[in-house]
Amino acid sequence: MRGTTRLRPVPLLAGVAALLLALLVSVLLGAADLGWTRVLAELGAQLTGGHSPLSEREAAILWRLRVPRAVLGALVGAALAVSGAAFQGVFRNPLADPYLLGAASGAGLAVTLVITVLPGAAGVPGAAQAAAFAGALGGVATTWLLGRAAGGGAATLVLAGVAVGAFLSAGQTFLQQLRLESLQQVYMWILGRLSTAGWGDVLLVLPLLVVSGGVLWACARLLDVLGTGDEEAASLGVHPGRVRAVVLLAASLATAAAVSVAGLIGFVGLVVPHLVRLAFGGGNRIVVPLSLLFGGAFLVLADVLARSVLAPAELPIGVITAFTGAPFFALLLHRSRRA
Amino acid sequence: MAHRPDHEDAMLGFRRLPALLLTVLALLLAGTACATRTPSPAPEAPVEDPAAAFPAQIALDGQEPITLPQQPKHIVSLSPTATESLYAIGAGDQVEAADRSSSFPADAPRTELNALSSDAATVAGHDPDLVIAPDGAGKLVEGLRELEIPVLVTPAATSLDDAYAQIETLGQATGHSRQARDVTARMRADIAKIVADTPKAPEPLTYFHELSPDFYTATSRSFIGDVYGLFGLRNIADDAEGEYPQLAQERIVQADPDLIFLADSKCCGATADAVAARPGWNTLTAVRERRVVTLDEDVAGRWGPRVVDLVRAVADSVSRAQRP
Repeated sequence: MRGTTRLRPVPLLAGVAALLLALLVSVLLGAADLGWTRVLAELGAQLTGGHSPLSEREAAILWRLRVPRAVLGALVGAALAVSGAAFQGVFRNPLADPYLLGAASGAGLAVTLVITVLPGAAGVPGAAQAAAFAGALGGVATTWLLGRAAGGGAATLVLAGVAVGAFLSAGQTFLQQLRLESLQQVYMWILGRLSTAGWGDVLLVLPLLVVSGGVLWACARLLDVLGTGDEEAASLGVHPGRVRAVVLLAASLATAAAVSVAGLIGFVGLVVPHLVRLAFGGGNRIVVPLSLLFGGAFLVLADVLARSVLAPAELPIGVITAFTGAPFFALLLHRSRRA
Repeated sequence: MAHRPDHEDAMLGFRRLPALLLTVLALLLAGTACATRTPSPAPEAPVEDPAAAFPAQIALDGQEPITLPQQPKHIVSLSPTATESLYAIGAGDQVEAADRSSSFPADAPRTELNALSSDAATVAGHDPDLVIAPDGAGKLVEGLRELEIPVLVTPAATSLDDAYAQIETLGQATGHSRQARDVTARMRADIAKIVADTPKAPEPLTYFHELSPDFYTATSRSFIGDVYGLFGLRNIADDAEGEYPQLAQERIVQADPDLIFLADSKCCGATADAVAARPGWNTLTAVRERRVVTLDEDVAGRWGPRVVDLVRAVADSVSRAQRP
């Protein structure tokens, strides 16, 4: 890790540029062959009020499917990466990820419950999303209560997360066994997807991410203080318990928002903060905001691959994030160690 | 001149002798024949003795053959398609237990068994002399073979011919070969008639067959694709690899199918209205022309005798699509 602790303009601009570039690529490319020059012309026409070169159907593909999908990818990637950064900061553990405290298993159980026990509800638009959101928060809340009952502290909380996660996953498996015909549905949801993304999903996630991302960014300096140790932090006037609670609540909210619309996309929350740390320095005032930007860019590009590699078929985006993120991460890690 | 007639008569008499003899002989033979036939009853069609067909070696293409020493009387069916077929060929009485997905016919003895989750001991508890399992139940099949219980593995059919072959193999395995052949002959005839009666579109109609609301579908290389192929329909997913790919939504909208078939209404609440409400889907011909067809998933997902109902549903949609 480098010694810098403040976010400088160049990394911030690099993050913004990466996100904008990823969004542009995502809008230009896709399974439907609209022609990137025509898409550029359409973008120009929309900006200048000129004549649209696209047919009604092509315009629908671009504005109602591709653009919201790109935007949602950016929001989900940002949410997962920033919450990963926050979890790693709170627990001072580089292996912490957004699902550490039972968010994934809580969401998994809740969605499986809807699919298996209330199959009628599964068809209601938004039911699975609402269940995932509530389940993710419920998983974290259970972990939090269990951790507090066991005496609090970061290590206890992680152990409580492991126990709660295992218990909720067992519940999910039990329900799946009761209705094996729902296996495929649950499996597809768990793999994570942006295939059905629309503006409605964007509107669901955006306010939650603005609030939670804003809180995490604002708490980044306090996380740095917390990194010096609880006693040291207390002597500097920071209440470690409160900071931890606020950060974990905000990160869990961001995770739940992402999970509710995109399922369980792995690797983003673990890898992106690491990549940012390796590239730009280790302070949370750098890692938290840059994770937002680069997490968004990473997932948008992963989604471009997910819907282009096997076009007209799709690949689950979780497969892409693992395939692309893991080797890249290993390479950077190797280089940083050699340096 | 008077002699002439005599002579002629004599000559005629001489000539008539063999004819008379032959006639007498023929009458005698006919009389003898009648004498032997008349008392016996009219012969019946040969009665099939199911037990006589055993021991039998039964094999589906690409599967390990199994030996059945005698006609099975206690069958456990872990495949809903097999359950439907067994009842259709008259082997329903031999079905001891069916898995929990065997929803048809209604009187099939459904149990909590499941090919993917049940273990060999639980299945063996039904004391089967034949188990019919779908492909993919590897561990269970291994366990049953360890227990020396014959298991007939029935992989998913990829064509109508596959489906017919499976029904006929089930006929062999249960001692109902003739009924199974009758069933498949009837299926072939019914399907041929439905197809022949369905008007052909001047240009091939295109279609999308939806398996899940996140756009998993079936290509022409699948069983269901074979059914649509009967009507010359063109599958918009055929550029994708495999039998059951997940299609990119924007590609579906761009392909603008003439017909959309939903095989995900029971599981996932897909309806014509829900499809019309998806972003961008209101631009599709199938949506605008009200050609979004909800299929019974249990019929569309199996390859048993009820495939005729599926063919009929597709035929209706194709016919409706061509009405002005």
